[in-house]
Amino acid sequence: MDLYEYQARDMFEKHGVPVLPGIVAETPAEARAAAAQLGGIVVVKAQVKVGGRGKAGGVKVAKNPDEAEAHAAAILGMDIKGHTVHRVMIAAGAAIAEEFYFSVLLDRAERRYLAMCSVEGGMEIEQLAVERPDALARVAVDPLVGIDEAKAYEIVDAARFPADLRDQVAGVIQTLWTVYKEEDATLVEVNPLVRTEDGSIIALDGKVTLDENAEFRHADHAALEDKAAANPLEAKAKHMNLNYVKLDGSVGIIGNGAGLVMSTLDVVAYAGEQFGGQKPANFLDIGGGASAEVMANGLDVILHDPQVKSVFVNVFGGITSCVAVADGIVGALQALGDKATKPLVVRLDGNAVEEGRAILAHADHPLVTIVDTMDGAAAKAAELAAAAS
Amino acid sequence: MAIFLTAESKVIVQGMTGSEGMKHTQRMLASGTTIVGGVNPRKAGAEVEFPGDVLVPVYGTVAEAMAETGADVSVLFVPPPFTKAAVMEAVDAGMPLVVIITEGVPVADTAEFFAYAQSKGTRLIGPNCPGLITPGASNVGITPATITGPGRIGLVSKSGTLTYQMLFELRDIGFSTAVGIGGDPIVGTTHIDCLEAFQNDPDTDAIVMIGEIGGDAEERAAAYIREHVTKPVVGYVAGFEAPEGKTMGHAGAIVSGSAGTAQAKKEALEAAGVRVGKTPSETARLMREILTGA
Repeated sequence: MDLYEYQARDMFEKHGVPVLPGIVAETPAEARAAAAQLGGIVVVKAQVKVGGRGKAGGVKVAKNPDEAEAHAAAILGMDIKGHTVHRVMIAAGAAIAEEFYFSVLLDRAERRYLAMCSVEGGMEIEQLAVERPDALARVAVDPLVGIDEAKAYEIVDAARFPADLRDQVAGVIQTLWTVYKEEDATLVEVNPLVRTEDGSIIALDGKVTLDENAEFRHADHAALEDKAAANPLEAKAKHMNLNYVKLDGSVGIIGNGAGLVMSTLDVVAYAGEQFGGQKPANFLDIGGGASAEVMANGLDVILHDPQVKSVFVNVFGGITSCVAVADGIVGALQALGDKATKPLVVRLDGNAVEEGRAILAHADHPLVTIVDTMDGAAAKAAELAAAAS
Repeated sequence: MAIFLTAESKVIVQGMTGSEGMKHTQRMLASGTTIVGGVNPRKAGAEVEFPGDVLVPVYGTVAEAMAETGADVSVLFVPPPFTKAAVMEAVDAGMPLVVIITEGVPVADTAEFFAYAQSKGTRLIGPNCPGLITPGASNVGITPATITGPGRIGLVSKSGTLTYQMLFELRDIGFSTAVGIGGDPIVGTTHIDCLEAFQNDPDTDAIVMIGEIGGDAEERAAAYIREHVTKPVVGYVAGFEAPEGKTMGHAGAIVSGSAGTAQAKKEALEAAGVRVGKTPSETARLMREILTGA
């Protein structure tokens, strides 16, 4: 889960990372009040989970509350790379002398952590890595040790900070490690980390990604989730504990196991090329050992997607029994009654496949077609979607 | 001979007495796995009865179970909050192979127990994986054993159900060992580890490698194949239709920026001489062609 800048700022503050005061505003009037409260020059910053907001006009300096209100009015509702701005953060202004860069993240390939640091901050890290690779220090971090004092100095020295800033920056890096470790982050990035003219080191902008698998030990993380931004079908699926992602096509997909469902999306798109470019409408993984109820819930979500013209149920029963899948399909169609109008193509294999197919054959529902192979079923689902479009 | 797991492997189950542990221990026993014990400090000294009059003793610690039984594999059905401690215990006991089925382990925990296992010489498989099967000999994890048979294909995959699909499609030719390495951002055993083991395994003639979006494990595997693998390799990559920034079920399956796309992985594999199927069925056909000429 990616956090907004204001959420990252709050989290930094909680762990002792030096930050500037900042107040979130959802209306221009709130922005004015926040600017008045902070006093002096402030910065109005669009809160979106995408880079490049400055270039898009989403960051403006305001000399007084009037200007803050005007800037907020312009920025709120703005579209930045497909993200609508619903909030701005009013941040206290700072006299910046120098900009640096720091991040710590999961290094999947090396199976440990990686700290990156540079005395040349301010530009996008991807750009820095390409244009000035020598200026970007990359230091491996042992998960069993973390960033202790010695490691913090190793990072600071690798980035070639001047002697008079070493202690201060090493201290801030250790507080940022505390955020990473104690909040179960997979990314903590500060860009820029600044030295102000009065000599303070401050995290001026922060990006934090949290590990959703660790939510069981962070009761407060659920509140950070951006419920308003979720698609309504995704929200409904999440409420039912279904692993669902909305896509733009016409063929609804249900399967078991993330890999098989991803593969199903691909096979449908591949088959769909023969039928006017039909594409998958969603990703939905009912998981291992799914019950008839889970299957029925999944169908319920997908059949409520107006973009769906046909549905492809693709199950390879490992732990999941094909009987449960068939019962779920029959039950869901019964519950929907006349409201069920979209054709279903079902491919079952594996655990209890004969019994599962027999249940569907016995129910003999006019909307259900059984196809034996995954490729054949994908083609049939794409064909039916094309016919209904 | 197979890789990592043979008919001689003696397996203990950490978390055996929980509902998932009980269900899968029963399935593993039914598929011929030699299960010599379970571990649960609160039920030490007890025996659990499974169908067919099989009694499996419960030990208080992994160390005790190893001392009593000579176990050389541990498989974990332990909930995420307790997985790290369970893995650490197995590593401390000197267990050579630890298979972690648990889904939803915080990646910081995996990073720690992986580093610890590496320092002590324990091989980890998983987490968030179906385990591994050497058909006809032993099955550790949750793979349905009846869908396939023994043979000379080696299989390595991030995905459980795609593993099953491939085991099923090529069941008549059969497999030496199939390893589900798991879909998390950090896994204990990689594609490369398995490719190396299959290359050195006299009982494996050809290799199927199944990957998916996210990270660069497939690209690294492609580079490894080019340098070190002389046996034929057939590949499959899932996730061409996955949009950027959306996690596709597995915590590791996310395309970020230009990195981790299915297309990049497919191209890397093909550049290394791997034939890559467009669908799982086509991938199975490619392997069939190589091994039977049909």
